[in-house]
Amino acid sequence: MNKKIQGKVHKYQDNINTDIISPPQYMELSIEDSAQYAMSAIDPDFYKKVKKGDILVAGTNFGSGSSRETSPLVLKYLGVGAIVAKFFARIFYRNAINVGIPVIECEEVDKIATGDEISINLEDGCIHNLTKGESYPCSKIPPHIAELIHVGGMYEYLKQQSKA
Amino acid sequence: MGKTMSEKILANAAGLAETNAGDILWTNVDKAMMDDILGPRVQIAEKMEELKAKVWDVNKTVIISDHYTPPANIKQAEIVKFTRDWATKQNINNYYEFVGPCHQAMVENGFVLPGTIVLGTDSHTCMGGAMGAFASGVGSTEMLGILVTGKTWLRVPETIQVSWQGKLAAGVMAKDISLKIIGEIGHSGATYKAVEYVGETIKALDLDERLAITNMAVEMGAKVGLMEPDEKVFDYLKLRGVEGSYVAFCSDNDAVYSKVCNFDANDLVPQVACPHEVDNVCDVTSLPDTPIHQAYLGSCTGGRYNDLVMAAKILKGRKVCKGIRLLVSPASQEIWQRAEADGLLAILADAGAVIMAPTCGVCVGLHSGLLAEGEVCISSSNRNFIGRMGSAKSEIYLASPMTVAASAITGRITDPREFL
Repeated sequence: MNKKIQGKVHKYQDNINTDIISPPQYMELSIEDSAQYAMSAIDPDFYKKVKKGDILVAGTNFGSGSSRETSPLVLKYLGVGAIVAKFFARIFYRNAINVGIPVIECEEVDKIATGDEISINLEDGCIHNLTKGESYPCSKIPPHIAELIHVGGMYEYLKQQSKA
Repeated sequence: MGKTMSEKILANAAGLAETNAGDILWTNVDKAMMDDILGPRVQIAEKMEELKAKVWDVNKTVIISDHYTPPANIKQAEIVKFTRDWATKQNINNYYEFVGPCHQAMVENGFVLPGTIVLGTDSHTCMGGAMGAFASGVGSTEMLGILVTGKTWLRVPETIQVSWQGKLAAGVMAKDISLKIIGEIGHSGATYKAVEYVGETIKALDLDERLAITNMAVEMGAKVGLMEPDEKVFDYLKLRGVEGSYVAFCSDNDAVYSKVCNFDANDLVPQVACPHEVDNVCDVTSLPDTPIHQAYLGSCTGGRYNDLVMAAKILKGRKVCKGIRLLVSPASQEIWQRAEADGLLAILADAGAVIMAPTCGVCVGLHSGLLAEGEVCISSSNRNFIGRMGSAKSEIYLASPMTVAASAITGRITDPREFL
């Protein structure tokens, strides 16, 4: 798979929970229709701003709260290419991988700002901030998880495996 | 070296002699639970069709339509219908609807047994830990894998032991214990970990109250919240015709804990979690004057029989403040009926409460009681995240059923001990 992910940063604070990412009032809609409400409680224009391949960067405890897979699904639909945080809530972390979004832990997210262009090397565990000319260590994604993300998530991976 | 409950339950489920925290293993799943909002409609039905797969064991699968019941609009009604039809098509007899939040229905129907692995598509599945089950929330794609294979992989969690000694004062409830712990440990302080609740205070609690504590383990990021199953659990199951078909695992005295936290119940006063984080907790006595618009008594956290009893004690012979609405949603149909038969619902209604269907609707802002911009709600439920119950400009305070009842009377967040 691509060992590098490069994109423009949208930066958020600590504790971006699932009610923020995927507000319950709109969960009865399809993923496509509910995606325009993603993050709306704190950033109503998020769905307009985010472009394919952009990277979400946030503080601690990203994805806390619900087990709703609609959270990573709407982010994926909107084109989010990766999420970087100090650490993730447990269920969100698994869900993100299962739907095919790379989730990367980095202690130095405070040095990254909205609008920065960053490049994440998943194999080396390093984030290059191209805008600021800095580098930060980050978690690596093990090859088998990277492969799962690359093919589009757990389901696509299982389908491929069953054909092989 | 001694073992924790998690290590013992997971070793048993994986067919291993022993496991240690940190091991990753494949385990058999004893009960797979889905709700309507995150069940078959999200990935599961479509992908199972594509895989031409069938549910691995219909007797181990439970579906409960609870979030969109009763439906507020056509879309919600379609989701409930879809869920119901899918259960029929898959020959899943364990299908329930309109009976209240899934976690309470799971317990009442004897699906959550000591020593078993219970996984559900709702994060508060961890409530089942009060029964001694390794119960946890999973996403829809993970549920798809479980439905097809009956297995999943889990990492054996490290365990934080939370110990409570002493006796709760009048006016202080298990919900206050729950909020106090979350305030101390923090909303991510138990991420990936198990939390074991022990001590004489926990032992003395009724099952209704214990469930209010394990329900909120996930609010610290925990994978499971466990209590040692005892006679109260065994008797409860016996009453429901479940006997002897389970193994009760308890932690060894020399089990290894990643952290031990000690609390004194004697000192505890009613707690309040302020907007917009569950760990933003303070004593009700230190809260500045806080007017409310809505009081909510309900949910899988705070709508059980004992919760209604305690709220009725506060509200009996009193009236809900003019201009304030008190919404009551018993946590199950069974609780609704029992509270009706015992006259509790009449006491609450006489005070001015609106008695509603058992449902998840209010807690998660889907129907039956959303908040407008600028409105403030005090709720016995489990989350106060921004926008959860309605407008992103509304506010939610979490508290015990007694604090909710007292606040409904005065129209501002109130220490229930003023009404004892």
